[in-house]
Amino acid sequence: MIVENMEIISQRNIASKVYELVLKGPELVHLASQGQFLHLKVSEGTDPLLRRPISIAQINQEKDELTVIYRAEGKGTSMLALKQAGEEVSVLGPLGNGFSIKETKPGNVAILVGGGIGVPPLYELSLQLVKVGVKVVHVLGFAGNDDVFYEEKFTELGETYVATMDGTYGDKGTVIDVIEEKGLTFDTIYACGPTPMLKAIENSFPEKKGFLSLEERMGCGIGACFACVCNVKNDPTKTAYKKICTDGPVFAIGEVEL
Amino acid sequence: MNRLNIELPGLSMKNPVMPASGCFGFGQEYAKLYDLSRLGAIAIKATTVETRFGNPTPRVAETSSGMLNAIGLQNPGLEKVIANELVWLEKYDVPIIANVAGSKVEDYILVAEQISKAKNVHALELNISCPNVKEGGMAFGTNPEVASELTKLVKQVSDVPVYVKLSPNVTDIVEMAIACEEAGADGLSMINTLLGMRIDIKKRQPILANGFGGLSGPAVKPVAIRMIHQVSQAVSIPIIGMGGISTAEDVIEFFLAGASAVAVGTANFVDPFVCPNIIDDLPRVLDELKVDHISELIGGSWK
Repeated sequence: MIVENMEIISQRNIASKVYELVLKGPELVHLASQGQFLHLKVSEGTDPLLRRPISIAQINQEKDELTVIYRAEGKGTSMLALKQAGEEVSVLGPLGNGFSIKETKPGNVAILVGGGIGVPPLYELSLQLVKVGVKVVHVLGFAGNDDVFYEEKFTELGETYVATMDGTYGDKGTVIDVIEEKGLTFDTIYACGPTPMLKAIENSFPEKKGFLSLEERMGCGIGACFACVCNVKNDPTKTAYKKICTDGPVFAIGEVEL
Repeated sequence: MNRLNIELPGLSMKNPVMPASGCFGFGQEYAKLYDLSRLGAIAIKATTVETRFGNPTPRVAETSSGMLNAIGLQNPGLEKVIANELVWLEKYDVPIIANVAGSKVEDYILVAEQISKAKNVHALELNISCPNVKEGGMAFGTNPEVASELTKLVKQVSDVPVYVKLSPNVTDIVEMAIACEEAGADGLSMINTLLGMRIDIKKRQPILANGFGGLSGPAVKPVAIRMIHQVSQAVSIPIIGMGGISTAEDVIEFFLAGASAVAVGTANFVDPFVCPNIIDDLPRVLDELKVDHISELIGGSWK
């Protein structure tokens, strides 16, 4: 984990309020792996004060580049969206424990399930799984047609299904509906998205080997402030905890309370 | 010549900069980034008798130039802090200030008595100002008689000097400070966070699961400076100043207000290297101000 001033190579609006940001720097990219996140300082001053945790969508070691995808929802991310190529951003990272590709054997099928702004970290994961010979299937859920992104890029790597809640694109319904209706089978499930989606996955496939990437408001991002803790499953004392920033953000299904 | 060393009751510090309690855990995370022995001291996370999970999430919310937190004193409990965290910290050449919290008088006494015996604990910080727990915490720090009584009892059992951490959420901070000094406090640390709240306009409810939380960061700095300026003129015990410090210039401002050392809190979350960076930058600011030793600046705005 280091702090590096990274140069913005490009910034593109790829869906409603969703931006793809490519950052370049000599060191940080070589420490990063799939499912980890970056903590970005979006303003030089003190407003907003804290960094923004944003997951890594792609790691390009050869070009020293990292791609992140985020939604410009609040003040900080809206400020980030105004930044242009050539500007610098202070980046703390890489942070957290990401997805382990070793959990799926070559030749086996991994299903990657993403919801909304939870989709991005699955892209680097998919690239890595394909590299080691895992067959990947993607199920991507969005609110509506204007929110869909990266469908083509995922399609290049494997079978890809898109669902929208309002039915304006792809299949109407949730990611779980798609998995059931299409009768998709798999050995391992990897997911990132809103908590209700993660809960539905846990309930639908309790016996499957699976890994869920969680999201929570964070302070420091390095495990010191105790802002992003969650309870551990099957702990009657309710005092055991995991920190999403450093123990996670990826947890095995059944490891923590969602 | 060391231009930064400071001698306070119980604390022989290489420099006046310590991370503030609650913003540094028990040091393990930051130890991966730099040598903790570079710090003047470390104020470890509040310790209670029993293990505490703390409040539900969300526990943090941002505000202009600051943040609200309602962590709720999450910590492993007295036994584990002594057996694990403090033992782990022994390898560093840095005095530890143990922040002591509780919901009952007996809790404070038990924690203070035992934790003050740990060999690297050089001082206690009596936390009578945490706004995020339902019982105790700030309730002990908003009434001078209650604060005075607790300070006396803790002083009786502690093996090391006791600094009382004051809450800014009072009408008269000077009255509180004097009550603690008269009760035997060896020093004060101030200020803890200011009570605040933010509301999510879409959900029409507070962002923090706890409802309200403690405001920290640069937004509270002028409040801290004003209170230290007032209190330092009314008491003769030293003050560890805190509240929005993020630069060497901020440290100087706190000294001029009347602090004899400082704690850096929220800034650690923005830049995890902020404490060593400030320490390294202080000589430059002293040069600019043509000051030989930082202690010359204590109370410089009113002396």
